[in-house]
Amino acid sequence: MNRLGVGSAIVLLLAAIYFFVPLAMTVAFSLWEGGSRYGLASYHVLLHRAELGSALVLSIELAVATAAALVVLLLPAMIFMNLYAPRLRPAFEFIASLPFVVPAIALVAGLTALFTGPDWLVGSPFYLVIPYFFLALPYAYRALDVGIRALDLTTLTEAGQSLGASLWQIIGLVVLPNLRSALIGSLLLTLAVIIGEFTFANVLLFDTFAVIMNQIGQHEATEAAALSVMAFLLTWAAMAGVLIVGRGRAQVGGAR
Amino acid sequence: MATVSVQQVSKSYSGREVLARLDLDMTDGELICLLGPSGCGKTTLLRIIAGFIRPDSGMVHVAGADVTNLPPAARRMGMVFQAYSLFPNMSALDNVRFGPRVAGVARDEQVSRAKRLLDLVGLAEHAAKYPHQLSGGQQQRVALARALAVQPQVLLLDEPLSALDAKVRAQLREEIRRIQRETGITTVLVTHDQEEALSMSDRVAVMNAGRLLQVATPAAIYREPADAFVARFIGAAAVLPGVAADGHVHVDTIALPARAASAHPVGHPVEVFIRPEHVRLEAMNGHVPPGALAADVRETTFFGSLTRVRLALLDLPQADSIWADLPSERADAFRPGARVFASWDAGAPRVLARENIRE
Amino acid sequence: MSGVGSRADNTPLLTPAAARLRPAFGRVLPWLCIGAFFAFAAAFMLAPTIMLAIQSVMDDGAFTLDFISSLGEYRYRVAFENSLVLSVASATVGVLAGAPIAHAVIKPGAPRWLRSAVTSFSAVAANFAGVPLAFAFISTLGSLGLLTRLLKQAGIDIYALGFSLYSITGLTLTYSYFQVPLMVIIVTPAFEALRPSWREAAESMGASSWQYWRMVGLPVLAPSLLSGWILLFGSAFSAYATAYALTSGNIGLVTTEISNVLSGNVMASPQTGAALSVGMIVVMVAVLAVSAGLAQRAARWMPHR
Repeated sequence: MNRLGVGSAIVLLLAAIYFFVPLAMTVAFSLWEGGSRYGLASYHVLLHRAELGSALVLSIELAVATAAALVVLLLPAMIFMNLYAPRLRPAFEFIASLPFVVPAIALVAGLTALFTGPDWLVGSPFYLVIPYFFLALPYAYRALDVGIRALDLTTLTEAGQSLGASLWQIIGLVVLPNLRSALIGSLLLTLAVIIGEFTFANVLLFDTFAVIMNQIGQHEATEAAALSVMAFLLTWAAMAGVLIVGRGRAQVGGAR
Repeated sequence: MATVSVQQVSKSYSGREVLARLDLDMTDGELICLLGPSGCGKTTLLRIIAGFIRPDSGMVHVAGADVTNLPPAARRMGMVFQAYSLFPNMSALDNVRFGPRVAGVARDEQVSRAKRLLDLVGLAEHAAKYPHQLSGGQQQRVALARALAVQPQVLLLDEPLSALDAKVRAQLREEIRRIQRETGITTVLVTHDQEEALSMSDRVAVMNAGRLLQVATPAAIYREPADAFVARFIGAAAVLPGVAADGHVHVDTIALPARAASAHPVGHPVEVFIRPEHVRLEAMNGHVPPGALAADVRETTFFGSLTRVRLALLDLPQADSIWADLPSERADAFRPGARVFASWDAGAPRVLARENIRE
Repeated sequence: MSGVGSRADNTPLLTPAAARLRPAFGRVLPWLCIGAFFAFAAAFMLAPTIMLAIQSVMDDGAFTLDFISSLGEYRYRVAFENSLVLSVASATVGVLAGAPIAHAVIKPGAPRWLRSAVTSFSAVAANFAGVPLAFAFISTLGSLGLLTRLLKQAGIDIYALGFSLYSITGLTLTYSYFQVPLMVIIVTPAFEALRPSWREAAESMGASSWQYWRMVGLPVLAPSLLSGWILLFGSAFSAYATAYALTSGNIGLVTTEISNVLSGNVMASPQTGAALSVGMIVVMVAVLAVSAGLAQRAARWMPHR
């Protein structure tokens, strides 16, 4: 029974065509240098665009900052909720599903309405960490929740205590190491999401990677294509990391 | 006349032979069990009969007609799977009437047939329930009714009781047997549980490594196992390697009474199989039967109505243990460490040629 | 739980001073952490949302429904229509394409590598959405796109035939790039839960493939497929980056209209933006509620393990 069946094979073939043609075209387009010349010119230009480099750096910094915020704010809260306040779980689930219900564009509208100052907060690009935290929240929460639930935290903690360990020792020596793959998975996902994030940065007028990408691309078609290829490779690398770490569970995030 | 005949059926997966030129004939109306350890090919054989697997070679005949190339839907066989095979979106009644429904039977007839069958399996008042509202045992009964609804020539059961609790299993065993007798449908049941096979079937087909080792009535399989694997697989037995002599088997330095040894050439390497129920124990100071062997009690295991006593024969310190089954009241006298005399009727043990056994 | 341990020889791990401090701190800390998280969520998620709701009905301190009713104006009505059409279309395409793909991948006859290839590609494609996706499609099917020009050379001028990438149709085509993988990811578990014994039982009772799907397969899958459609609808409805990069806000969608108000591109008061946002949120709440209800229903039919 090692056949797919004609129908399924056709479906997969058509899907493959639909998904690969744009990629192939984009790669080909990015290599076009006008007329019938092909080469890596657009990539050269891009790599020398200072604003792109600094935008990428900014995006990476934002991603790291968001990841740090998740580790500092979300992770302890989740661990302690599982240990001491399991009845608060519905509240956590509610908060984790809010970003789906309040789309990015609506949230940014609300943020600009509510927070008009102070300047050091609203004017700094790191203001973006706040909405980015919520952008990454649903996926980070889900990934960490799966990891924590697989642990049976209460039993582990009681076992550790019966052996004489303090709570901090248990968290440091037992809980966190076992959460490593869930943590890394959610951090990689956060990275991919933030680097591709456009909505907040565009409306709030910060020059992140995606925003600069858009600016360049609106005027230079081949560079736009090259940017697209680069973004695809970046996303691929991040997702490969997530899948390896998460052993096959695909996760979805990001700008739409 | 719904006989089933499997002829020279072979099947291999990635170079591994799962069934090797198997022949099996089943008579009309009998319940035959395919019994064997995991991986012996019994489920593969069942699925070949059902039509879900195509044999590499060989044929399957049902009621005289060659069905080898027919798809499952065309074979008119009812199948009961191990678990969770009821359609979750349909009530018990709708599940049972599914077969008649796809066959184009009139709706009234569908419903009345389904009701009759649910009554047969004792679930008439659960007809409107959905599978997730039924217990495991109830689900399997509905599955049985559903398989019978297509009025099949043959009923195929793939380990139908394996997923159920012990008590439910025992009940359902009797149910299946009763229903099979009432309907008279030729039934093939796959199981790895020998208690099930021995208690339910007209005949048992013991399989191992893709081969049929013995096909016989449960009593014959139990009392006269054809080869060493069957003897080991069915029931409990002490197995001692030795050499055939006249009416005895010489194990190391002593001679164990075994009339069956005479069937083998003297000096031939054999194994003697002694079942626990045949071994009698006498206390040291009691009446000692002739030919009894001295033994030490190593441990006793309480099984409720009987107690199994593990013995080490004094003259065979290197040999494996022998067991004796006693009614529990009698077993109290034989505590671990006690010295006893063990004896058995010379005609009781089986003696089989010693060979390399694949397990 | 005091949280104070000691060594095997009974010397405490902490100095007396620290030991005195820690139990109190240790008892409070968990609640501090949880509280901080809630406070953060309240301040930067809930509060802005409430602010939007308030803002949409306030004009200079007075309650008014003007801004909400202004959503009925031509411009915004078109935006809602466009968003709805786009969302329905791309969700439907996503289901019609994604479900057969998930089915093909789960089939027992499917090669092993296919499953991981599809899973990993789905993850990448679903995250590729936004600016890069828009550029990829412009490079392919834009008015000067490579595929457009190739087809022109072959004699087919798609733009002359009425196609435009910068239309709802074009957006639907583009959105499918992340909608279909999203559907595959969402719906694969449902296909996995289809037990092979159902199919075999139906076959052994004489049912054809079509009969099996019609009477067992599709009914069992229906709640999950519907739930997937609804999630896809929500995903398209709230999408912004792809549309913006593709059309620079030229096609009226609810999301781009909100961003137009925010960036001051149009002569509209911020309250209109708030009203639009509230409208979006209402739609998304409905989406989530229905989807959750359907998911519950689907779970009920799956065997208990």
